[in-house]
Amino acid sequence: MTYTQDTPDDLQAGAHVASAGSLYGPVTDWATDFDHADPEYNANAHEIWADLRGSCPIAHSDRYGGTWLPVTHADVARIAYDTEHFTSRSVVVNTGEVLAEAPIGGAPPITSDPPFHHHARRILLPPFAPKKIEPWEDDVRALCRDLLTDMGDVDVVDAAVQYAQHIPVNVIARMLGFPLEDADVFRGFVHQVLEGVNLSPAERQASFEQLDLYIDRQIQDHVDHPREDLTSFLMGATIFDEPLSLEHVRGSIVLLLLAGIDTTWSAIGSGIWHLASTPSDLERLDADPSLWPTAVEELLRAYAPVTMARMVAKDHDFNGCPMKRDEWVLLPFPAANLDPAEFERADEVLIDREVNRHSAFGLGIHRCLGSNLARLEVRVALEEFVRHFPRFELADPGAVRWSVGQIRGPRELPVRVLQRR
Amino acid sequence: MSHDLVYAVLMRVEIDGEKCQGHNRCYALAPELFDVDDYGNAVVIGDGAVPAELEDKARLAVANCPEFAISIIDD
Repeated sequence: MTYTQDTPDDLQAGAHVASAGSLYGPVTDWATDFDHADPEYNANAHEIWADLRGSCPIAHSDRYGGTWLPVTHADVARIAYDTEHFTSRSVVVNTGEVLAEAPIGGAPPITSDPPFHHHARRILLPPFAPKKIEPWEDDVRALCRDLLTDMGDVDVVDAAVQYAQHIPVNVIARMLGFPLEDADVFRGFVHQVLEGVNLSPAERQASFEQLDLYIDRQIQDHVDHPREDLTSFLMGATIFDEPLSLEHVRGSIVLLLLAGIDTTWSAIGSGIWHLASTPSDLERLDADPSLWPTAVEELLRAYAPVTMARMVAKDHDFNGCPMKRDEWVLLPFPAANLDPAEFERADEVLIDREVNRHSAFGLGIHRCLGSNLARLEVRVALEEFVRHFPRFELADPGAVRWSVGQIRGPRELPVRVLQRR
Repeated sequence: MSHDLVYAVLMRVEIDGEKCQGHNRCYALAPELFDVDDYGNAVVIGDGAVPAELEDKARLAVANCPEFAISIIDD
């Protein structure tokens, strides 16, 4: 199967493909040999999912020790809700051993299973509840404006490199009380853990060890210099009336540090990519900012960045598929969001869509803990970009580079500014 | 006028706390009808009664809940 580099319309990403290939070599067939780490996958994801939906709605690949890829909303939802047959003990497909065992896992609560999951999640829900996140809006807006001002008067800006990637990193560093100047370090960790699907198990292990070492230094810094932030909050938190173990504190910080960064960065970048490719939507939003709430939800539906993973917990038959214990299952929420069985005009982006039951933030007990923060960052980042640059277009559709792996979004996104304020 | 009120069908909204996962769509779309607790999970305001002028908002909240956690009850 080959894909042409079409002119982008609503949901087609004509993209320059990075040279880095998958560990297993190029994909020969997306139904029987798919690989989410093949650079062609994210660059052509919408077409691949649409083809599979019609021909093979639960694809299987022998790569990574066996991986399943359901693409319908019904199957993705059913697996997300089924914590008996599917475990979360690892949520990033890779070739290595899963070292941290259920129920806690390496990054609680995302890697935790019931019943432990419930208790670990309840610790972190309050600091991410809407009323704790809303007060961050002014800070996020000021950060976005600074980034836009810093771009200066040039004609072409990279909306991913100069803008989107900085926003979530800066916000989570402030929330955790980590040094803002370490932003590059955080992005390095994100790249290794989430995009480093091709690294050998030993290389992955080494990058996790570096990450743990970095976090331990930050924890020690909080011991030496106590202050009010999420790190201190976790260090003082209890579970079953006992203080959290160091492993639990460190694992939850890994989650908070990594999960919110390239996900939100991808959502902001994809939103800008859509507006750069769709002048009519850009003009409507510029003329009528009251459309932003529905537009943001629709962009989250159409360009949901996150594909989660589960592991099969026990051998069983799923819709006729013989799933074996320890095989991987990808949960492409963006594919579920584009399923015409679930959404009217599913393949069109309608920025005034009022009924939008999308699952960009997952379904069931693992609903994205940071969804309130992510929504705030995406909305404010897009509002401010359009306020500053009311007209822009892709500088070169072929120069757009999409991410590799389970998080989908543009990593290089040069746009030509046609009008500025 | 008072007769209309007495005989009007009252709409109420209800949240299934087992299904709600704190997506907060209802609170964003209809803050007159829904609030959130300290964990970010949705609760109905008061007894969930929906004034006539908010019925469309109530339906919108139902239609946007990813977990199908909200239901409308006509008393």
